[in-house]
Amino acid sequence: MNPPPVRQARSALSLWGERAIELLIRLCGISAVIFVFSIFLFVFLEGAPLIPDLNWIPVIFSPEWYPTSRSNVRYGVGAMIIGTLSVTGLAMLFAVPFGLGAAVFVSEFCGGKLKETLKVAIEMLAAIPSIVWGFIGLSVMNHLIQTWLPAPVGLNLFNAALLLALMSVPIIVSIGEDALKAVPDSYREAALALGATRWQTVYRVLLPAARNGLLAAVLLGVGRAIGETMAVLMATGHAVNIPTSLFDPIRTLTATIAAELGETAVGSPHYRMLFLIGLMLFSITFVVNLLADLAVRGVRRQ
Amino acid sequence: MNPPTFTATPHVLRKLRRERVAALALSGMVLAMVLPLFAILAYLFVKGAPLINWAFLVTNPTDGMRAGGIWSALVGTVYLVVIALLVAAPIGVLCAVYLNEYARESWLTRLINLAVVNLAGVPSIVHALFGLGAFVLFAGLGRSILAASLTLAIMTLPVIIASTKEALNAVPVSFREACWNVGASRWQTIWRVVLPNSISGILTGVILQVSRTAGETAPIMFTGAVFFKKVADGALFPYALTDQCMALSMHLYTVTTQVNNAPEALPYAIAVVLLGAVLLVNATAIIVRSYLRSRKKW
Repeated sequence: MNPPPVRQARSALSLWGERAIELLIRLCGISAVIFVFSIFLFVFLEGAPLIPDLNWIPVIFSPEWYPTSRSNVRYGVGAMIIGTLSVTGLAMLFAVPFGLGAAVFVSEFCGGKLKETLKVAIEMLAAIPSIVWGFIGLSVMNHLIQTWLPAPVGLNLFNAALLLALMSVPIIVSIGEDALKAVPDSYREAALALGATRWQTVYRVLLPAARNGLLAAVLLGVGRAIGETMAVLMATGHAVNIPTSLFDPIRTLTATIAAELGETAVGSPHYRMLFLIGLMLFSITFVVNLLADLAVRGVRRQ
Repeated sequence: MNPPTFTATPHVLRKLRRERVAALALSGMVLAMVLPLFAILAYLFVKGAPLINWAFLVTNPTDGMRAGGIWSALVGTVYLVVIALLVAAPIGVLCAVYLNEYARESWLTRLINLAVVNLAGVPSIVHALFGLGAFVLFAGLGRSILAASLTLAIMTLPVIIASTKEALNAVPVSFREACWNVGASRWQTIWRVVLPNSISGILTGVILQVSRTAGETAPIMFTGAVFFKKVADGALFPYALTDQCMALSMHLYTVTTQVNNAPEALPYAIAVVLLGAVLLVNATAIIVRSYLRSRKKW
């Protein structure tokens, strides 16, 4: 893609103009790097002054979150870490089989109009804003869970996990479908020529061949679920609590920031602690996305 | 694709049975995802629709947001979305141009691609923290439409980069080579050949981001959106860039969680307006995309 050197004489103005534009393009090119770096930097700088005052073992493992206590302020995020992990894990328990199943169905078992329709439906599913999901959890699911399941409260781990599953399914389906599409057709033709059915082709040939891409799809779904804020804020019940059953209310890291940042004074220890939680979230999703990227890169190398 | 029937040994029968079960189970999975969704959306619509009319859209909330319409929130959302995309689209498109047209495979492009992937994965609440730290406090913009839009712009940037890159990549290399051969420079080629041939794909990607930006709540909560702000009913440009504003998504959150004794249908109506706007914009983009794909010349 290299153009041959420019031979024709051009006016000095147009040459300088071209140079200026190239500089601008290069600047925009590295903008993404600058933004990721400055997100880390600003969140870190706002939280950093509190770091020397914290005792990390109790902060990470203790479930005692009393940021506004008069006598004994405690910043234990243990319960929220468990809350985030449990709701994400439970959501993935629903979303991974359904998402990958749907990806296989869309990619291998249907074609033509049905395929296009399903892809549009999934795109629509992805477009629903998280605040609307939260509202669905608060109004519709809350009511359904209280009516049909033996749960004392409708806003709980189960409710939020269902919402998160529905929110992360579209990303799993679309990336998973891309991964399956990337498997060369000759693999399918070889399997079918040996007399394999479509299902045998899928689980003996396609799933092993596309496993890196499917792993990336799952990881991106996990990343989305960990970072989700408004839906879990509204549907989890928002109680600092280590869950012991499916129907216990919980609280997540993201929801804590969203609920409390508005009430803190800029520069107070509580405010800085919320930025440190943000830094924690940034690091977790960074690692998850990095792993997903490595998995995708593995696919390309094949 | 059925094998000839004369080979139907028990083994083959079992294999075919499994195939049918698998197809049934997989389609069941898809239905289990899609059907409840449509049921829920229909339910929201039925509950919210009676309240929605022209007056609801163009009047302001009254009585502590228990009555009246949603005008100030609606127009606030439009402000945020338009400014965010005006900022994000040029930067995103030029970044994609750099990645697709200028850069060679190197550690720098590897780093940029990694940054784009990670920027897309940053949780929205962390964007809110960044917006608060960088735009509201450090840059001194205060809580304002400008600070909130810039926060949203950074959030949409990676997706615009990705979709633009795909659109640029779809322009055949031979188009560029033909242009270079008649003596055009790199930028002339991009401006006269590559961008005109990919503009539809680029625009579709940007339009799809309109819906995502309109629905975001967390990033604007602490950077510029407020619970309530009074503007003139039906005024087209009621906000200044340094004002705080209301937004539909924030309004839905406020009415469901902070306002007591709001009429039951009110949050449903707000949700339906937000959802309707988002799905309408998306549907338009999808229709435009499939139309352009069908008449593509190469």
